[in-house]
Amino acid sequence: MELKTYLENSSIISPIGWDTSENLNSVLQGRGGIKICKDRSLSPEDLPVALLDWDELGKRFLEVSGKENSRHYTRFEKAGILSVNEALKNSVLDPADPECMLILSTTKGNVELLDHPEGFEKERLFLWKSAEIIADFFGIKSTPVVVSNACISGVAAMLLGRKMISSGRCKHAIVLGVDLLSGFIISGFQSFLSLSKQACRPFDSERDGLSLGEAAACLILSRLNGEVELLSGSTSNDANHISGPSRTGEGLLLAIRSTLRGQEMPGLISAHGTATPYNDEMESIAITRAKLSEVPLNSLKGYFGHTLGAAGIVESIINLEAMKQGLLPATLGLSSMGVSGKINVSNEIRTGKPDTLLKIASGFGGCNAAVLFKLLPWN
Amino acid sequence: MELRKNVRISGGEVHVQGEALFSHAEKDFRSFGRSLYKYLGISYAKFYKMSALSQLGILASEILLKDYESSVLDPGEVSLVLANSSSSLHSDAIYQESIESKPSPALFVYTLPNIVIGEICIRNGFRGEGIFFIQENFDKEFIFDHAEELISSGRSTLCLAGWLEIDMEGDYLADLSLLM
Repeated sequence: MELKTYLENSSIISPIGWDTSENLNSVLQGRGGIKICKDRSLSPEDLPVALLDWDELGKRFLEVSGKENSRHYTRFEKAGILSVNEALKNSVLDPADPECMLILSTTKGNVELLDHPEGFEKERLFLWKSAEIIADFFGIKSTPVVVSNACISGVAAMLLGRKMISSGRCKHAIVLGVDLLSGFIISGFQSFLSLSKQACRPFDSERDGLSLGEAAACLILSRLNGEVELLSGSTSNDANHISGPSRTGEGLLLAIRSTLRGQEMPGLISAHGTATPYNDEMESIAITRAKLSEVPLNSLKGYFGHTLGAAGIVESIINLEAMKQGLLPATLGLSSMGVSGKINVSNEIRTGKPDTLLKIASGFGGCNAAVLFKLLPWN
Repeated sequence: MELRKNVRISGGEVHVQGEALFSHAEKDFRSFGRSLYKYLGISYAKFYKMSALSQLGILASEILLKDYESSVLDPGEVSLVLANSSSSLHSDAIYQESIESKPSPALFVYTLPNIVIGEICIRNGFRGEGIFFIQENFDKEFIFDHAEELISSGRSTLCLAGWLEIDMEGDYLADLSLLM
């Protein structure tokens, strides 16, 4: 028998908040975290990005780790540990429970150590090592699992958590998504000419690329009852191109159809909405083909930027928390519609009582993913 | 779930179902991979543009899929469940070198481990589930459990599952299985 999977708790650490409620408030107040960065170690030219406040993060980490220990951790590990620590604060979960596991979603982990090792051993470049260090910090006993599937990593990691719980292989899964920005990542996106000169403008007619962002976000999934159930999900491949989305949206459509099979229509869609010309166009076509044109939809990239391995988790949490208040977050940066598919998107907060959320994502390698959540009736 | 075929590629040698299929005196991947490519009689110009990890995945999957007419498979029901230890660090180091002179998008795109999933899907038209795990050592039971669930739930009729690793020193190991 398949066991049900519930969301027990969450946290988000981003430039617009240090916990879930601060982030939600920023989003509901229309406050984004994308600012012009003049740090030449990150970019040779001024660039709009959403960077974490590293002085503040360092202070907060000291309080959690103690002074002696703080220097033993990289930036990446610190952000991940702080996020898990925050999510555990109001949780009933004991991370040392042998039936608790850590699932880490990241694209690049500690990659900045390639260029600046800063005294850390080479092993720290390995993503499994980062997961091990974060798991050890909390005394998690089972071997952590790392999912690295480009920009769908966060959604894929949540789906893996559901699978581990529904099959009875664990009782609780701490699903952590983290990615930080470095010259490595920024130069790569610049080489693809995929970065916007302004804060990104999802689905807008004048959108000219994405904005990158830093975040760490954590979801605690549990077999025990919670306010939100993770109902279903799927991944798929375009089989078309490794660095560009399919023109037909076929791959994403497959993932959406598979996720919604036997389920009710979603009440809200959290789009990937990176604000690159091709991604948003492809998504609008897939949504239209899936006959979801009337369903309210948003992109949160205008607030957080594209947070890579954290994106799917951040955006799911914000939308679910807003739905609990009867609110549908606005798409920041949108002023005039600029996609050919029909989608129900708005630059204003809307009210409503949807109880299901469809989160979708697509990424390099032609990968797509979808996941469906449900707010349970007693909300 | 049934294991139909296994291929192991390492140190200049290829074994299928444990039996030697091919070997090449030059063990470094660049030379070995090209000679295996020629031996298999593949004609796929894109191969030469790929990272070593993607080339390794293409070679291993070609050997496994040789007897399977891909036209009889539902492309939406072929899945890939892969893992390795070094992620894309071999490609990451190459891209890092290019940043100083001119960052190359052709190199950057391979700095993600799951690109090999995309390459195998493009080559064969596969559209099913795909996931890439990073593990210290090959946890075959975990990978096969994941594949088993995809097959037993009916989401997938055929799954390519296993280990595809190129480490930072260029040492390589493919241990890939065709499961149905």
